[in-house]
Amino acid sequence: MTALVIENARLMDPATDRDEKGALLVENGVITETAAGAAPGAPDGAQRIDAKGKVLAPGLVDLRVFTGEPGHEFRETLQSAAEAAAAGGVTSMLVMPDTEPVIDSPALVNYILDRARDYPARIYPAAAITKGLEGNEITEFGLLKSAGARAFAEGRKSIANAAVIQAAMLYARNFGMPLIHLPYEASLGADGVMNEGAVATLRGLRGIPREAETIPLARDLQLAEKTGARYHAAQISTARSADLIRFSRESCSTISAGVSINSLSLNENDIGPYRTFFKLSPPLRHENDRQAIVDALADGTISILHSDHDPQDTEMKRRPFAEAADGAIGLETLLAAALRIVHDGTVPLMTVLKALTINPASLIGIEAGSLAKGSPADLVLIDLDKPWLVRETEIRSRARNTTFEGARMTGKVVMTFVGGKTVYADAS
Amino acid sequence: MAEPTTQSATPTTGEAGSPPPFRHRHLLGIADLDPVEITALLDYSERMVEVSRQPNKKRATLKGRTQINLFFENSTRTQASFELAGKRLSADVMNMAVKSSSISKGETLIDTAATLNAMQPDVIVIRHSAAGAVELLSQKVGCSVINAGDGAHEHPTQALLDALTIRRHKNRLNGLTVAICGDIANSRVARSNLILLGQMQARTRVIAPATMLPPGIELLATEVFTDMEEGLKGADVVMMLRIQNERAHGKLIPSVREYYQFYGLDEKKLALAAPDAIVMHPGPMNRGVEIDPLVADCPASVIEEQVEMGVAVRMAVMETLLSQGNQ
Repeated sequence: MTALVIENARLMDPATDRDEKGALLVENGVITETAAGAAPGAPDGAQRIDAKGKVLAPGLVDLRVFTGEPGHEFRETLQSAAEAAAAGGVTSMLVMPDTEPVIDSPALVNYILDRARDYPARIYPAAAITKGLEGNEITEFGLLKSAGARAFAEGRKSIANAAVIQAAMLYARNFGMPLIHLPYEASLGADGVMNEGAVATLRGLRGIPREAETIPLARDLQLAEKTGARYHAAQISTARSADLIRFSRESCSTISAGVSINSLSLNENDIGPYRTFFKLSPPLRHENDRQAIVDALADGTISILHSDHDPQDTEMKRRPFAEAADGAIGLETLLAAALRIVHDGTVPLMTVLKALTINPASLIGIEAGSLAKGSPADLVLIDLDKPWLVRETEIRSRARNTTFEGARMTGKVVMTFVGGKTVYADAS
Repeated sequence: MAEPTTQSATPTTGEAGSPPPFRHRHLLGIADLDPVEITALLDYSERMVEVSRQPNKKRATLKGRTQINLFFENSTRTQASFELAGKRLSADVMNMAVKSSSISKGETLIDTAATLNAMQPDVIVIRHSAAGAVELLSQKVGCSVINAGDGAHEHPTQALLDALTIRRHKNRLNGLTVAICGDIANSRVARSNLILLGQMQARTRVIAPATMLPPGIELLATEVFTDMEEGLKGADVVMMLRIQNERAHGKLIPSVREYYQFYGLDEKKLALAAPDAIVMHPGPMNRGVEIDPLVADCPASVIEEQVEMGVAVRMAVMETLLSQGNQ
């Protein structure tokens, strides 16, 4: 039997709103005791860690991670993504089906689960909503679920055909599975490469209007209300999208929405002189949109925060802005970037932690995001006030396309545990 | 900031003098220039006009220097203008034919930059279809770079040659009303001109159907019109833009004949502008699409003079960027 005691910690459990000084006992990879104040009795030979007052929370659950495996391993492998995750305090991640081949059959779900077994973060596959992510025919939801898919997601793609998304919503209900969908109307955003508006005009770039998101979102929400599907808007970027979600959630509890750390932390001005690392989908919007997104996270309208980790090799980014690939990596900086809105007093730490742990865990039905007795000991120890600088050379991901290169952060992951095992310890 | 001087300097006879001091290594956009720099470049361009009108047009200022013209988009006129400008300054000019080279076979822009840089050029003139592409290339080479048009972003030498043409006819830029008409959303010529004219205190108007007006254009233009007749009233300068039929048809405008009816410059519409208004066009013109052939060839038209000014401006820009004092 292996045992671990973490003492003098500030225990924060987003599943119960518990926030108190205490200690936590882990035996055989499972949380067996949490106690306020002094450490509970531990077996002889237990490893002891003095948290020195730092925050001990459930490991983060990231529902939007792209890797290059299978098919584009030069971008990112499941292993390199898991190592990046561990360094970012992410202990569970849902990997998107946009691979080559697309994860749209039970055999491919099995492949991901087989490959991912011994890595320093738990990997859960999302299966495609439609075959080949082509938006035409729904996949075998039942067989995919049996094989281990935790959600159906269309990854970077959006389903244009309303009848197809309606059929997917109805059919997913048979299996109680969530549908994760990025609302995007391609005909409106077709030539666009950044937020539509004055900044794009000054740069001579074509804009992606906000309506390219809000129109298909309104469609999805009406269909979700009608069908009762567990619909999750993968990520929203505009103020109006937040209003639409807020309205729908009043009457329909099965609807939820996510936001990427980029849309929460950055705006279109960060693109500066054609900085392609800031070319994202959805695009970075106006500061007013960003503030509305932060407010929506604070009031619970947006319940899930994720990294939208999307590794791209340098070749795809060292291009003219319009020709560069979308996407940014984010696993390693997710927590630190999220702490910005905590430190500036906008959103309470517990609310942010919920959006990073229990809420995403509940959506995909995994045992994570809680410090309850009997839960897997997937944990993160956080030094809320530690200042650090994001350095390209220290990135563990195979890709380098971070939006936070050179950024000053306050708050760092000190240790990460998966199943009671230390998978990351900050060297500094 | 110093008050912009808009009077042209008196050209010295015979000797063209030396180029003005210039703090930039590249000319990537008008947005990087202040009114003093713009005026200095225009003044020096006047001297290049004098040089170009002499029987012997050759200057030795860029002797031994290498100029590479790298045009990812076809443009016979602009490329010829840069080539002639370089030759008049005695530079060795090389035109890279992009279509037949490895560049169109998947070599990245960065690789191309590295390859050209290794040839030790002194100046590279670049046109590319993507906004920001020229700036990206300029970061990867050790020589000066001139933007000859990047997507819908900037075309700085065009704005300078337009300003020079206007100044020669109106003796000033400040206080003039300049109407720019056409596909503003997709036009780098419009952006560079709006920035330059704004810097020089001219009043700018853009005229276009709403499908050709980009969001936020009111930050660049003094006034925005969808009614051409309203927009032309009292204008001192009417600048027409080329309509790209392939791109516009059916999406931005329903048909060429409808466009011509409402946004084509004919004598009737031109009569609404100031009596001494001049008509400009960056070329090549679509006669009968955005401009009536009669207007294109009327006394108010300065379109051919723009071409002449183009060579002079490009001579001035290259000499300025490459002069010893500025490097």
